[in-house]
Amino acid sequence: MVKQWLIILAALVFPGAALAAGGYPVYPDDEIKVDWDDKAAMQRGARTYMNYCMGCHSLHYSRYNRVGADLGISDDMMRDNLIFTTDINGERTKVGALMTNNMSAAYGEEAFGVVPPDLSLVARSRGTHWLYNFLRGFYVDEERPFGVNNGVFSNVGMPHVLVELQGLQKANYETVTDSAGNESQKIVGFEQVKAGSMTADEYDRAIYDLVAFLDYVAEPYKQTRKNVGTGVIIFLLCFLVLAYALKREYWKDVH
Amino acid sequence: MSDKQTTGFVGWMDERFPLTKLWEDHMAKYYAPKNFNFWYYFGALSLVVLVIQIVTGIFLTMHYKPDGDLAFASVEHIMRDVDWGWLLRYMHSTGASFFFVVVYLHMFRALMYGSYQKPRELIWIFGMFIFVALMAEAFMGYLLPWGQMSYWGAQVIISLFGAIPIVGEDLTVWIRGDFVIGDATLNRFFALHVVAVPIVLLLLVVLHIIALHEVGSNNPDGVEIKKNKDENGVPLDGIPFHPYYTVKDIFGLTVFLIIFSAVVFFMPEMGGYFLEHANFVPADPFKTPEHIAPVWYFTPFYAILRAIPDKLMGVLAMFGAIAVLFFLPWIDRGKVRSVRYRSTSHKLLLAMFIVSFLVLGYLGALPSTPARTLAAQVFTAGYFGFFIGLWWISKNENTKPVPERVTW
Amino acid sequence: MSSEGVDSNRRRFLTAATVVVGAAGTVAVAVPFLSSWAPSARARTAGAPVEADISKLQPGQLIIVKWRGKPVWVVRRDEKALASLTTVADNLRDVNSDESIQPEYAKNEHRSRKPEILVMEGICTHLGCSPSYRPEITADWQGGFFCPCHGSSFDFAGRVYQGVPAPTNLTVPPHYYVSDDVILIGEDGVA
Repeated sequence: MVKQWLIILAALVFPGAALAAGGYPVYPDDEIKVDWDDKAAMQRGARTYMNYCMGCHSLHYSRYNRVGADLGISDDMMRDNLIFTTDINGERTKVGALMTNNMSAAYGEEAFGVVPPDLSLVARSRGTHWLYNFLRGFYVDEERPFGVNNGVFSNVGMPHVLVELQGLQKANYETVTDSAGNESQKIVGFEQVKAGSMTADEYDRAIYDLVAFLDYVAEPYKQTRKNVGTGVIIFLLCFLVLAYALKREYWKDVH
Repeated sequence: MSDKQTTGFVGWMDERFPLTKLWEDHMAKYYAPKNFNFWYYFGALSLVVLVIQIVTGIFLTMHYKPDGDLAFASVEHIMRDVDWGWLLRYMHSTGASFFFVVVYLHMFRALMYGSYQKPRELIWIFGMFIFVALMAEAFMGYLLPWGQMSYWGAQVIISLFGAIPIVGEDLTVWIRGDFVIGDATLNRFFALHVVAVPIVLLLLVVLHIIALHEVGSNNPDGVEIKKNKDENGVPLDGIPFHPYYTVKDIFGLTVFLIIFSAVVFFMPEMGGYFLEHANFVPADPFKTPEHIAPVWYFTPFYAILRAIPDKLMGVLAMFGAIAVLFFLPWIDRGKVRSVRYRSTSHKLLLAMFIVSFLVLGYLGALPSTPARTLAAQVFTAGYFGFFIGLWWISKNENTKPVPERVTW
Repeated sequence: MSSEGVDSNRRRFLTAATVVVGAAGTVAVAVPFLSSWAPSARARTAGAPVEADISKLQPGQLIIVKWRGKPVWVVRRDEKALASLTTVADNLRDVNSDESIQPEYAKNEHRSRKPEILVMEGICTHLGCSPSYRPEITADWQGGFFCPCHGSSFDFAGRVYQGVPAPTNLTVPPHYYVSDDVILIGEDGVA
């Protein structure tokens, strides 16, 4: 009886315990905090995205000119440097259009096994922490179709598209034994086996920029929302003073 | 009718419509006990949230598309392309959660001060119908964004009806209008969410308030203020609702709006509890998200469902947890209303109920493990134990003397 | 209850202040709701300027271009049509287009940038029907456009005739020549 109560208590007090035991170990697992005011980082991230990601992953709830207006990229600059897709008429996608791409679902499925998802909202569904580590988590694994696996998303169907920037790394494992005595392999570190065009720090910075851009795209009105909110709350606080004075004045009657 | 003959426009109106009479009956000469405390804000606040939901809902309907192929994109269209659309949507999604916050607190107030007891049984029952309608409204509204959580949440809840013997499976197909949740389901839920249920809700709210204003408000002491009246028939402990409670409620409303705005503008997802992360992925009938949980306001009942290791019994327990509340006025056989003057055992029972409800809510939001299922069973027992215990102890309860007049 | 010692001035002031500030707040809240009726980014994109290619447009021919969901006519007027602009002048209600809507560069007799090319919204200024093009000049028809809904008629420059319900001339949308053969409708361009 006492033991049962202890189990119940433990279930309530340590909500994360069961999750950690059930989930597979994740590597890397570094923190990221996106600075919403850093437009320069988002611009660099947008460039990386358009060059390396947009071919497969559309951002089709977003519009080029909105991204431009929010990140300080003029329509002409956007047209000349960042729009690589074409519309249904085969012409360069218009700057006011949604950010679709030219990959058909059927082709995507054939090439990768799954249709590469639209990433407009990935920063809200997966979170920036996951993205930051996922994009830095590719390692050599000859058994996978594209020769790489991922420490955050095991057996991912996606090739390492940023390999020319990051180069290739291999995983170092450690054997861990859980409380039940089962042994398993856990990634504890990466080791560079082929250099890319960027140093490790530069690559981390590029991924930070890319995640900052995706975070922006997932909720482009985030900055407006906070600015308006500050005004609304200041107004309500002023009104609260009046409302309180009015209430006190009337309630003087009540004895 | 008013003592004074009205003149001018109001007089013209009064000869044709009870304008002054309505105003006096429900505001200027509706005498409410003067000792209302913090807990008495939530009735008025739930009315305000209802208005917020209706107004924002109407404007969202102008841009939303109830179509399986378009629904998800139309919500993002609202959030991004429509001027201020993000604000309308966040107000509506935050309003849904706040509706339950204020309604749960409003119901807790009734439990604490015995506001469901004679002669207020009907107020309580109308209120319970409002609660049920609200749950239906929230459930159907949650399908409309057509995200993964919308889809699989609806899938699970509709499948509950499959537990009913014989007709269950046919019933679920009939509710969905298809063999899986599909366009037909979305379209009918849309119609119910924006037209049918709101009409029922409004009607029930009117009934709830008419019944309340007929018998008068209870108060934290559970004293009947109509027993002590002055020579004009005005309760000695009563004060006119207007202006005293209008100004007080304006103050309470402002505090509420500050909290509401803080969520709308600074944390609309509320850490994934008001807007769940998986709902930012479009509905995919072939892939269930790794962890599905209902929105937080359903989790206590969901935990009860999961606690029972039998499909039909689990469903019955879950619906029973709501149904039993309807009978509260008769389960409680006590004559003393307020927790202030009731026995210690009553206080303990009430505490047990609240703890059980909160813990069940907490458990319902987590993935289940054997230990958690065990915990859910214990607290399910605590939930139902309250009603059994209340029936038991309230027959001959050792209560404290109730004062003649309200304490102030 | 008592009303002794009530400072009714203070009470009146506080009530008025609360009402005024509260009303201001309510008006502010109305802004986002009303703004949501403005054309969305999608509608604005769909309403972006459109190009019309006039290289194959024959004299006397009319083509319709869709701009912001409305029909916009592009007509290459022939000699007869141009000549008629002067002869009908006495029968027109607003000869100089003073009360009508057109960009400054189209406020002239032919109501266009180039005399022979007419760019005009095909929406009657009476109640919004789309008039039809009737280029043949006959004994009882001076040529131009005729609205089937309520019988309004317009000359070859979209100027309204006298004695018909339409109050003003047809509207000329902003437009400019990207090249000799291509007109961009929806923007004034650089002068």
